[in-house]
Amino acid sequence: MPPDNMNVLEVVHGVVEEHGAKAEELIPILNDVNRAIGYLPKEALEEISRLVKEPKSKLTSVATFYQMLSTKPRGRHVIRFCESAPCHVAGGREVWQAVQEELGLKDGETSEDGKWTLITASCLGLCGVGPVVLVDDDMYGNVTPSQVPDILARYS
Amino acid sequence: MTFFRSHILVSIDPECQAKGAYQIIDALNDELVAQGLIGEVQVLETSRIGDPAAYGPDIMVYPEGVHYVKLTKDDIHNLVKEHFLKGRAVEKFLVEQAAKSDDELGPPKPKEVRVVLRNCGVIDPCNIEDYIAVDGYMALAKSISELTPEEVIDTVLKSGLRGRGGAGFPTGRKWQFASGSKGSPKYIICNADEGDPGAFMNRRVLESDPHAVIEGMAIAAYAIGSSQGYIYCRAEYPEAVRTLRIAIKQAREFGLLGSNILGSDFSFDLEVRMGAGAFVCGEETALMASIEGKRGEPRTRPPFPAVKGLWNQPTNINNVETYATVPQVILKGAEWFASMGTEHSKGTKTFALAGDVNNTGLIEVPMGITLREIIFEVGGGIKNGKNFKAIQTGGPMGGCLPASDLDLPVDYESLSQAGSMMGSGGMIVMDEETCMVDIARFFMEFTQEESCGKCVPCRVGTRRLLEILTDICDGKGKAGDIETLEMLCKQIKQDSLCGLGQGAPNPVESTLKHFRDEYEAHIFEKRCPAKVCRAMIRYEILEDACTGCTVCARNCPVDAITGERRQTHTIDPDMCVRCGICLQVCNFNAVTIN
Repeated sequence: MPPDNMNVLEVVHGVVEEHGAKAEELIPILNDVNRAIGYLPKEALEEISRLVKEPKSKLTSVATFYQMLSTKPRGRHVIRFCESAPCHVAGGREVWQAVQEELGLKDGETSEDGKWTLITASCLGLCGVGPVVLVDDDMYGNVTPSQVPDILARYS
Repeated sequence: MTFFRSHILVSIDPECQAKGAYQIIDALNDELVAQGLIGEVQVLETSRIGDPAAYGPDIMVYPEGVHYVKLTKDDIHNLVKEHFLKGRAVEKFLVEQAAKSDDELGPPKPKEVRVVLRNCGVIDPCNIEDYIAVDGYMALAKSISELTPEEVIDTVLKSGLRGRGGAGFPTGRKWQFASGSKGSPKYIICNADEGDPGAFMNRRVLESDPHAVIEGMAIAAYAIGSSQGYIYCRAEYPEAVRTLRIAIKQAREFGLLGSNILGSDFSFDLEVRMGAGAFVCGEETALMASIEGKRGEPRTRPPFPAVKGLWNQPTNINNVETYATVPQVILKGAEWFASMGTEHSKGTKTFALAGDVNNTGLIEVPMGITLREIIFEVGGGIKNGKNFKAIQTGGPMGGCLPASDLDLPVDYESLSQAGSMMGSGGMIVMDEETCMVDIARFFMEFTQEESCGKCVPCRVGTRRLLEILTDICDGKGKAGDIETLEMLCKQIKQDSLCGLGQGAPNPVESTLKHFRDEYEAHIFEKRCPAKVCRAMIRYEILEDACTGCTVCARNCPVDAITGERRQTHTIDPDMCVRCGICLQVCNFNAVTIN
C-alpha cells in the first residue's frame, strides 16, 4: 500500500504537469512518481496511462523493465548492495552474505514488517571505496561483514 | 564583481559528502561570518581533490594552494582563525602530514598525460567562469567564427580520435555520416550511461568538468547541423545529473547554448535525460529507445543512428569522454592530438583502476602504454606485496588477461586481438588470491541479469553458462563441462544482436584460455587453487597460534566454533558456513583456509 495520507492521484497529477503529458516524458514521469511513493501502484500507472495517452500495457512493460522502477511496494528503507566486480574483488561477497543473514532476506525481498527491502544495484561508480552499500541515500564504503549490524542499527 | 583574497574549494565528491562535506561548508561560512571575513574569503564547491577514501573531506585554499585533509566541522573554527585571521597554515591538517608513502594527490603520476581530466578538481564545475578562465568555450567560438562545419569534421578526422565508449569507431567518420544524412531535425546524443562495473571516468568528468562535454556536443552539433541535443545519464549518478543541469543553465545564461550562439546563426540547446537502471541502455539503439520513453531494447543495425536514430531522425551519438576531448582537439589542432598514442589509436584514454592495486582511482595515459606500466608504475603495484594474477579490461564484456600479456600495448587492436577489449575503460586488477572460475561466474551473473531478453542465445545462453559455472564453483563440475562452455560461448557470440550478447562470453572464453588449469582443478580434483570457492575450502584453527581468546567463537554467526577460554578452539566443518568472519576477527592469524 502507498504510505498513509498520500494521495496517489495528486502525486501523479503534479509530476505529469511538471514534465508535460508526452510519451517521451514517460521515464522521467515514472522515475519521479516511483521516488515520491516508493513504488508504482496500479492506480498510478492507470492514471499516467490516461493522461499521457499511452496504453496500460506499454506502461507495464516499461515499469517492469528498469531496475529502479518497482511495481511492488518496498520497505521503509531500501538497501542497495553494489554487486559489481570491483566491490566483489574487494570483499563484497562476504558483506553481501552478512547483509542477507542479518536481515533474513534475499535479493529483491521485503521484510514482513515492511522495514527493509534488499536489492542489488549495478555499479554505483564508487569503486574507490568498495565494497559499497547504499541504505536509502546514505552511502557506506569500505564495508566489512562485522560492520553490517552496526550500519543497520542506525535505521528505525 | 567582488574580489576575494582567498578561495576555499571544498570537495563535494560523493565520498566526501558521505563524510560530511556539506557540514564543513556550512561551518566554514558560519565561521567566516563570525570572524568578519565573509567579504574576503569565498567558499566554493569542487569535485574530488585528493583521495576521499583516505583523506576526505578535504579542502583546497587558493591562492596559497594549501590542501587540508581529514577535517570535521569542529575543526573549522580554529582553522579559519589560524589560516585566514593569523595567516598561519594549520600543520595538523596539511596533506603532507596525512600522506604516508605514496603521494596519490596533486600532480599527475609519471606516465600520465591529462587531457580529459585536466580540469577535474581544479575548477569549480558549478561556475562557468572557472571553465571559461581555462580557455573554455574557445573551441566552440573558434569553430563557429573561423571554421566551416566541414573543416571541423576534417580536424576531428585528422586527429584520429576514436570513440571512447568502447567500440573505437573513428569520431570524424561518424560525424561525416550524420552530416551527409538527409533529414531534419538532426539530433546529438551524449551517452553518459556508464554502466560498466568499475568504470567511473565519465562520472568524474560530468561532475568535475561538465562544460567540456557541453562544449564538445555543441561543436558536434555545429559540424553535423543539429540544433537539439540530449545527454542520457544513468540514474545511479544523481550528482552528475545535478551538476549537468546547473552547467546547462549557466551556458544558456551566457548565450553559449540556445538561439544564435555567440551572435551567429547557429542555434543549439540541450536536455538531460535520466535513465532508470538498465545496463543495456548503454547500447546506442537501446539508449535511444529509452529516451523515446520505451523499454530499452536494442534493435538491428543498419540503419545506423546516423541515418535513422532518435525518432527516426539522423542522430550522432558519442560518449562523454569523446565529447570532452573534442574542444582540445579543435583548440590545439589535429597534429597535437595525433602526436600522442599509436598508429591507429591516437591521443589519451582515461581508465578507472580498481581491485588489488595500490593506487586505485582514475588515470589518464597516452594510448600504447603497456599494461605493466599502468599496473606497476601508475598503479603502484599489487596491494600487500602479493603477486599479479590477471587484469580484466573492458568491463563485463571484456576479458581477463594473464601475466604473459603484461607487455601488451593498450590500444584498440592489441586488446581485442588478445581476447579482451578497450571497452569504456574499467580495469580490474586481480592478485593471486582470486579464483578465475569464480570471477567468470561472477561476470556471467551480471550479464545474465542485464540481458534485456530480446535475443534467445543471450537470454538463455548466459543463463546456461551461469548454471554450469555455478556448479563448477560448488564442486559439482563434471567432465565435459568445459567443452559445453566453449560451445555455448561460440553460439552466444555468433547469434546475438548487440554488443552485450556478443561480448558476454568474453570473460568465460578468456579465463578458459589462460586459466584452464583452474577450471580443471575445480572439476576433476574438486579443489579451488585460490581457496575462494566455499564448497571446496575448510576453515581451520592453528593449534600453535590460537590463544583461546574466544573472539572467533563469539563472532561466529552459526556457533560452529567451540573451545574453553585460553584453550585451542576448533571449527565444526559441518556447521561452518564459511563466511570468513573468524578469519577477519582473529588477532593472532590463527585461522587458515585449507
